[in-house]
Amino acid sequence: MTDTIVSTDGLSKRYGDRLAVDSVSLTVRRGEVYGFLGPNGAGKTTTLRMVLGLVRPTSGRATVLGEPPGTPAAVARVGALVEGPGFYPYLSGRDNLRVMARYRGADDRAVDAVLDRVDLGARGRDRYSRYSLGMKQRLGVAAALLGDPDLLVLDEPTNGLDPAGMADMRALLVDVAAGGQTVVLSSHLLTEVQEVCDRVGVIADGRLLTEGTVAELRGATAVLLRARPLDRALAIAMRVSGDDAVEIIRGPEHDGGEEALRVHADPDVIPQLTRELVAEGVDVLEVTTVERSLEEVFLAMTGTPVAQPVGSIR
Amino acid sequence: MTGLLAGVRAELLRLRRWPAVWVLIGVWFALDLAFVYVFNYTAYRTGNGSAVADAVPRTQLLANLMPGAVPVAAVQGTPLFGGAILMILGALTVGSGFGWGTWKTVLTQGPGRGTAFGGTLVVLALTVVGLVLATFALDLGVASVLAVVEHQPVAFPSIAELARGWGTGSLVLGMWAAAGVLIGVLTRSPAIAVGLGLVWALVVENLLRGVSSLISGLAVVTDHLPGTAAGSLVGALGENPGESTPGVQTILAGGTAIGFLLGYLVLFATVGLALMRRRDLQ
Repeated sequence: MTDTIVSTDGLSKRYGDRLAVDSVSLTVRRGEVYGFLGPNGAGKTTTLRMVLGLVRPTSGRATVLGEPPGTPAAVARVGALVEGPGFYPYLSGRDNLRVMARYRGADDRAVDAVLDRVDLGARGRDRYSRYSLGMKQRLGVAAALLGDPDLLVLDEPTNGLDPAGMADMRALLVDVAAGGQTVVLSSHLLTEVQEVCDRVGVIADGRLLTEGTVAELRGATAVLLRARPLDRALAIAMRVSGDDAVEIIRGPEHDGGEEALRVHADPDVIPQLTRELVAEGVDVLEVTTVERSLEEVFLAMTGTPVAQPVGSIR
Repeated sequence: MTGLLAGVRAELLRLRRWPAVWVLIGVWFALDLAFVYVFNYTAYRTGNGSAVADAVPRTQLLANLMPGAVPVAAVQGTPLFGGAILMILGALTVGSGFGWGTWKTVLTQGPGRGTAFGGTLVVLALTVVGLVLATFALDLGVASVLAVVEHQPVAFPSIAELARGWGTGSLVLGMWAAAGVLIGVLTRSPAIAVGLGLVWALVVENLLRGVSSLISGLAVVTDHLPGTAAGSLVGALGENPGESTPGVQTILAGGTAIGFLLGYLVLFATVGLALMRRRDLQ
């Protein structure tokens, strides 16, 4: 049994003269939650559609659970919610799932189980067209969970949800991830990926920029130093940690955007750094260890900011 | 085969709970009852005012309302409004899935594209066959009641006549349903599919038939269009004497009409299937 659940090799999709996906090679391993991160329009959904066999690649190839995408053998072991839920508006949520269960060869007990799992058991008999967006998305996740698939592909499951709906969906994702299924979660929201995912692939303008664990992408911790006067603090920090290890950054807005120093060094350097600063008469306002956020990583790689959800804290 | 059966079960569940399907079936029954029985019986009872009543002797009018006339009477409406209704059904059944995103959901559930599409075709075929059977049952019931009311002998048609009528109705309606399916796949939009399909079936074919007398060679084409073939097969059953029904033709011989209708049915379904298998699903 292979440990690679999804692998793509030079996967590309061209629409007219626009290259939507450009030679994407990614690997998803068994049991991990893989975050597929990128701004809107980066090519996430098109890539996932190719992995699911809904869209034919222009070039390159993909295998899903060792099978070509879209073949019955592959699809039978994959559950997916791609670019919003698609259901019959005139049927109840439960009947929609019963239809899908028949296609999958699952029974009605499986339908009730997944309805409960996404917390829609009480509203299962309501018409789908009367569902809120959050409920529709949850029903989409329920359909993806039918038949207990080995791989779950969830494309922007929190898209368009209000903060409460987002929190519900994220709790559901954590629950699903804890179940041990392999999950591919695409998102343009960093916090979402950061909280849930083991590994991340970053895509922008159709190209996969990097792939690695969240920790690898964020890199080592650094030391943030706010001190006055800054030029003398800079000289001392460079002497202690090396010339290349120090950069001047703009401080947080709530502090008036005052400039500060980021020292790329192990936190062990803090006592010595502080001693020397104080000894030379520099006023130390703040010394703290910081980790790069994925957003900073993303900005550094693409120059494009990605969205943060409403009310999120970095 | 298991996949196809699963698809049939799934489609049966979702189509039988779709109000649009029942509205279309209801419209068909209403039109059938109105044009075959209500108007003609009213004309028979009142005996004047209607062109049909003026043109047709009363005894003949009554004979057309009796159970023996059902195999011909029940399928008179299939080439025109029956075909239009079934084309709408085919176009809605397949076309809506693109807008709602349900094809996407279905195809991520397990069946291959061909199997999923095949399930839809099988259920539409069952619907057509069942609909024609139900129409025959309804018409036989109504005709029997009229026979009793009018003190006429209740003489049922032979099984062979019924089977011939049922086969004719099923083939004509099946061909139009398949046409609807193909336009649904082509346009990926139920509204455009229904609109275009109706314009073709109700307007374009008739216009072409009109123009064909002006342009030599065009008649060969118009004589073999889907609507002509459908009308000719129903015409080959023999019209109820004295009536002229819109859409019913006598252009092609029965055997030729069957050949063309089967050909169109298979062509529409196959092209639809091929497109469904190849196309990207957005």
